[in-house]
Amino acid sequence: MDEGLRSELQKQGVFVTTLEELYNWGRKNSIWPLGFGLACCAIEMMAASMARWDLARFGAEVFRPSPRQADLMIVAGTVTKKMAPQVVRLYNQMSEPKYVIAMGACAISGGPFKQGYNVLKGIDRYIPVDVHIPGCPPRPEALIHAFMTLQEKIDAQQLKGEGRPRHLDPDAPSEFPIPEYGEHDLEPPKNPEVWRPAVVVR
Amino acid sequence: MESLEQIKSRIEAAVPGARIEIVPNDSPSGQRSLLVDREHGFAVAKWLRDDPELRFDYASNVTGVDWPDAELTEKVKVKKVVDGVEQEVEEVRKTVRPGYLEAVYHLYSMERKHGPLVLRMRTANRADQVRLPSLTPLWRAAELQEREIYDLYGIVFDGHPDLRRILMWDGFKDHPMRKDYVEPDDFEYEPTPHDEVLERAWRHYPAGLKQ
Repeated sequence: MDEGLRSELQKQGVFVTTLEELYNWGRKNSIWPLGFGLACCAIEMMAASMARWDLARFGAEVFRPSPRQADLMIVAGTVTKKMAPQVVRLYNQMSEPKYVIAMGACAISGGPFKQGYNVLKGIDRYIPVDVHIPGCPPRPEALIHAFMTLQEKIDAQQLKGEGRPRHLDPDAPSEFPIPEYGEHDLEPPKNPEVWRPAVVVR
Repeated sequence: MESLEQIKSRIEAAVPGARIEIVPNDSPSGQRSLLVDREHGFAVAKWLRDDPELRFDYASNVTGVDWPDAELTEKVKVKKVVDGVEQEVEEVRKTVRPGYLEAVYHLYSMERKHGPLVLRMRTANRADQVRLPSLTPLWRAAELQEREIYDLYGIVFDGHPDLRRILMWDGFKDHPMRKDYVEPDDFEYEPTPHDEVLERAWRHYPAGLKQ
């Protein structure tokens, strides 16, 4: 619809919108995160939901204790290889549409433990991540910025066509394979459909 | 607290057959420790806990050390007859010290307000004879830390009430803190690789990083 006509109508007291806009507006303002933390980033996540930063302004103050009721998984902290299958399982148990914020250096890449034997080098090896926040730990402002980025992403999603979100595409996967504990490492060490190693181009 | 020499002689009187060594420490702290043989380790530890003078009632820290096979070189002056003349010649002698695993206990006394006493026990080797007596029946605090040593170094503690892996999962086969542990090669690109990571980066991106 033409923007000029729309604002003109709005001045006359007629509010015109599309179903897509209304749908995305509703979704983006009620992102309920899953209440789970893995390490020190979780403390910052809690701070973000408290009075000083007040995540409630973005409609995301309801930390759900059950993955069935949550829309957003904030991977807040170090994902050890022992913990990774549980994180993926929790993600699988969430209902669509679901989103992931990888919060902090550990969750996005392994962080200071990247060279270690027991820490996963980023949760994006197993599940699709929508927003990565660097920081060790990121401040609550950074988490709020990630929320706003996610809101923008949701707002821009088209409900039809090629780029439609996963929950409206019957062919898109909703669950991702849970890694098994192997003898030396997780099996498989990564999900090649979700993650590919970086290619160095010079 | 008494000196280590006094403690050593009192242990030898109290626990017959115990072979005790004082391990020197040439670092600035100079903190020496008691090395106990594994057959008498439990009896010695029990004596240290119960002796009214010492009363080590608190194990503050338990840790493991991996000592791989080491080639020791020493220079020895040997008298040799060279061209009919006796000369002193320096020779380099190489000896191989077989590796072992070690458990180290730091003991304090809350009652007597002294410590620490560092108690060590060594396994026979690093491969098949890796058993040590568990001191968890004496100090409950050692339980989780002995499990951690079992997990990361592979020392098997006899008499431990619940010896399972604690940090890695149950099906895991390796002992990651051992010096010869080979970690899974799941390298990915890093902007500033160095040392070992740089070598690995070269293997994974031969064209990209060497220039």
